[in-house]
Amino acid sequence: MGFEKFGRVSFTAQTKVGAFIENLEKGDLTATKCSQCGRIYFPPRADCPWCPDSTMEWFKIEGTGKLVSFTRVHYGPTGFEDDVPYTLALADFDGVKVFGRLSKDLEEGQIKVGMDLKAVTAFLPGGQISYELVPA
Amino acid sequence: MPKDVAVIGVGQSTFFRNYEGSIRELAFEAFREAIKDAGITPADIDASLICSAPEYDKQRSPSGLMAEYLGLNPQPTFAIETVCSSSTTGIRVGYSLIKSGLHDIVLVLGFQKMSEISSADSQERMGRGADIMWESPFGTMMPAYYAMHARAHFERYGSTEKDLALIRVKAAKYGQLNDKAVYRKGLELDQVLSAEPVATPLKRFDCCANADGSSCIILASAERAKEICKKPVWILGLGAATASLTMTGRESLDGLSSARLAAKQAYEMAGVGPADIDVAEVHDCFTIAELMAYENLGFAEPGKGVELIRNGETYLEGKIPVNVDGGLLSKGHPIGATGGSQVRTIVLQLRDEAGAIQVPNAEIGLVHNIGGVGIYGNVIIFGR
Repeated sequence: MGFEKFGRVSFTAQTKVGAFIENLEKGDLTATKCSQCGRIYFPPRADCPWCPDSTMEWFKIEGTGKLVSFTRVHYGPTGFEDDVPYTLALADFDGVKVFGRLSKDLEEGQIKVGMDLKAVTAFLPGGQISYELVPA
Repeated sequence: MPKDVAVIGVGQSTFFRNYEGSIRELAFEAFREAIKDAGITPADIDASLICSAPEYDKQRSPSGLMAEYLGLNPQPTFAIETVCSSSTTGIRVGYSLIKSGLHDIVLVLGFQKMSEISSADSQERMGRGADIMWESPFGTMMPAYYAMHARAHFERYGSTEKDLALIRVKAAKYGQLNDKAVYRKGLELDQVLSAEPVATPLKRFDCCANADGSSCIILASAERAKEICKKPVWILGLGAATASLTMTGRESLDGLSSARLAAKQAYEMAGVGPADIDVAEVHDCFTIAELMAYENLGFAEPGKGVELIRNGETYLEGKIPVNVDGGLLSKGHPIGATGGSQVRTIVLQLRDEAGAIQVPNAEIGLVHNIGGVGIYGNVIIFGR
């Protein structure tokens, strides 16, 4: 439980990796790490198909990431119409890639592929919680 | 070069913004053309594969309905789905049913009535095309994903918005010649470049339109094809691959790895290379998708795809004509029907029946059909 808090429109409430939300509430963006092979998974998952095993540890994504690509979205899907424009982005944290939104405070002209980013917890209206990527 | 399975009949409906009929009637439009083209009756068909993205269908399990309406009972029928590449996945399954000896003649029907549900419902479903746990909550949609691929391509290779616009200008030129296309107006470079942004750097005319439509491809074994068909078009090579649904699982964004892998498989099976392809249909749901296809199919080295469009090499008179039927950008993109429409164009080219868009002496053709943002990649090579 708890996963219903994720994002603005949550489509899945039940998952075995619901502690992701508790970690976010503490300010930590977390991946899972397979206790057998050591593979790191982001987005987090409960199971490793390669071992195959389901003993996972939480792994904190720290430091700065590099912006891989981004887009400023001008037409949102249902539920996001009032958010536009917003910026979707992919960042690389030393091999662990994170997908999310870039800070609203950034103008499109200020955004450059390769710029340093960090992930911060975003507390949203209605008790929802997410993370966003902000300049490091 | 294997010649075990042939296309003996092709059909396609006009693609519409809003088809004024039911899905069964829409399917019949392509079916009628294909059956007449093959010169057979429904009783000659051993099995039917019904390809559509089911989230747009009000009818639960439309395969049963289609088999009944098209006179295909009591033969087996079943559904095939890989979203936008459903009907070329149908071709792959049909090929294997025939090659295995289980059936001699298989019908692959693709259809989509995207206007079956409201525009808001349709948008909601498109939002769910991404990973619903981890990416949809950020407000994702198809143009945004392809836009991120475009930006990555620009950054790595120096391609530009103008290069993408040149691709749309080409599509619009040929769309005017295709009486089954949704968008039949010409477009100037400035119009494409000055259109409003959808998801930067993609603008309105970088995106194809949703459409209602159907396609129908009839496949036969070598023995039956030679008996029935004057101009069989052979399936020489098939490739199919997948890539991660999530952006985070992708090694790079400047191409589609599933397309690259599928192309390699298809070329190897057919025993040909990119230079042997006389005409190609690629999945240009967005302009950037066509540019990436040039490179993923080996028509150009990675990063050099822009030279093909800048030099007009993908026009009818060029080195490798691509999407000279207008592509998805002009025809529209009725999800389940799209791959079959691409196959039809290539089959007509290889039969020398493509009319105003005929590539002279086309002997080998290629279809590149992508599901989602490269989650599924299908490449099929045809020969006469």
